[in-house]
Amino acid sequence: MQFGMAILPRLIFRSLPMSSLPDLVCPAGSLPALKAAVDNGADTVYLGYKNDTNARNFAGLNFDAKTMAEGIRYAHAKGREVLMAINTFPQAGRTADWHAAVDGAVDQGVDAIILADIGLLDYATRKHPQQRLHLSVQGSATSYEAINFCQREFGIRRAVLPRVLTLAQVEHVIKNTTVEIEVFGFGSLCVMNEGRCWLSSYACGESPNTVGACSPAKYVKWDKKPGTMETRLNGILIDRFGDDEPAGYPTLCKGRFEVQGETYYALEEPTSLNVLELLPDIIKIGVRAIKVEGRQRSPTYVAQVTRTLRAALDAARDSAERFHVKPAWQAELAKVSEGSQATLGAYNRPWR
Amino acid sequence: MNGNFTIPKFKLPDFIASLGQKLPQWPHALVLVGALNAALKMKLLPESELAMLEDKLFRVRVLDTGGEASYTYRNGLFRPVFRPEREPDLAFAANLSAFLQLLARQEDPDTLFFNRELEITGDTELGLIVKNMLDAVEWPKLPRLPLASN
Ligand code: SF4
Repeated sequence: MQFGMAILPRLIFRSLPMSSLPDLVCPAGSLPALKAAVDNGADTVYLGYKNDTNARNFAGLNFDAKTMAEGIRYAHAKGREVLMAINTFPQAGRTADWHAAVDGAVDQGVDAIILADIGLLDYATRKHPQQRLHLSVQGSATSYEAINFCQREFGIRRAVLPRVLTLAQVEHVIKNTTVEIEVFGFGSLCVMNEGRCWLSSYACGESPNTVGACSPAKYVKWDKKPGTMETRLNGILIDRFGDDEPAGYPTLCKGRFEVQGETYYALEEPTSLNVLELLPDIIKIGVRAIKVEGRQRSPTYVAQVTRTLRAALDAARDSAERFHVKPAWQAELAKVSEGSQATLGAYNRPWR
Repeated sequence: MNGNFTIPKFKLPDFIASLGQKLPQWPHALVLVGALNAALKMKLLPESELAMLEDKLFRVRVLDTGGEASYTYRNGLFRPVFRPEREPDLAFAANLSAFLQLLARQEDPDTLFFNRELEITGDTELGLIVKNMLDAVEWPKLPRLPLASN
């Protein structure tokens, strides 16, 4: 296919030492999604086991040992890296399951493990001192002090920053640590509380940190009536859409609520983060990797988003000054966005 | 992924839908069930997830052709249900173009859902299982899109 040629000049360029283009880190919820990411220009893919040791624990999603081995082989054969997300918090009495996941990841030969829990970081660094570790966004480290602590104690090599920081704050963190910094570049927004949000537990007793899924499907009901569609989470009405209104995920944070007599998206609109416009700045301040959200999405989404960000990153590398966001990129990303709209998120907020 | 052939978004005129409703429903069901069973035979669908489909009633409705098909999964085979006696456990509804775009992996189901081009009602978890199961299938490379050639 044509991607073979598209990727060649990039690889040559990337092998030059002065290259500082961030790695494009893409999601894989299945083997076809992993291949779609690799084939469309991801430098790195991230994946997880089919269980609650990862924060996208949805029915039918993710990898068993066999598909994982095949996925890793596929990515490595094309010179790409594979990261394993074990980014939930071990539940009481079941720590052994999370330890087994860490051991399994090492056996599989992943390039790094993404961890959130301090106890697990400790386990991993003692048991597998050679294994490269990344601090997950769920670890909720927003300051360089927190990141440097994890470097000192657990030897983490990279930290994924929560989506709450402005670009200036991201730059401040980068200047004060030798740990590589990864930021989110595209995907559904989980409002500003990574690793700390319990809204889902409020509605149904289960949250990402406990069962590995926000608003698990078994609590979700889409109710189609003539002219409207209602979303309920464990019986709680979250939103009501007219036939021509775009929809979002059925999470409390993206519900419409009545606040002081007004009904609106009180916490967050259904929307996706999209940093295309900021790419030259992100590159300039020394971000090491850009992450795409969406292991719950299909191979089609992974292909569309990876292809678009690859093109944008390559364009920014070729000329940061002349970089401009092509309307076709924006259109492609807007189409796959939640609520069909996108935001720059916290990156360009004036307040902190 | 990015072949030269793309399926445009289209909607058939309403009169076709009214025609479709007057036609017998069984050909749709048979074609769909035949395709699913073919995938079964090629061992493309994972056993663990298939077990969760046992005895569930599914309905696929093509809005702009007025066609609809109901089927179930029992004892290792998909079977058409010609006269469903209850509401389906899971129902999909969309225009023909949206279904074709999904099958061709040209659009993502969440995208179509967010844009309100695909309706999913019933047991949401079952819907997710089906979606993820189909996403995880490695369709044989050739023929990539049998629907496009006829
Ligand atoms: S409710 Fe919203 S903010 Fe909280 S975990 Fe779920 S998606 Fe994230």
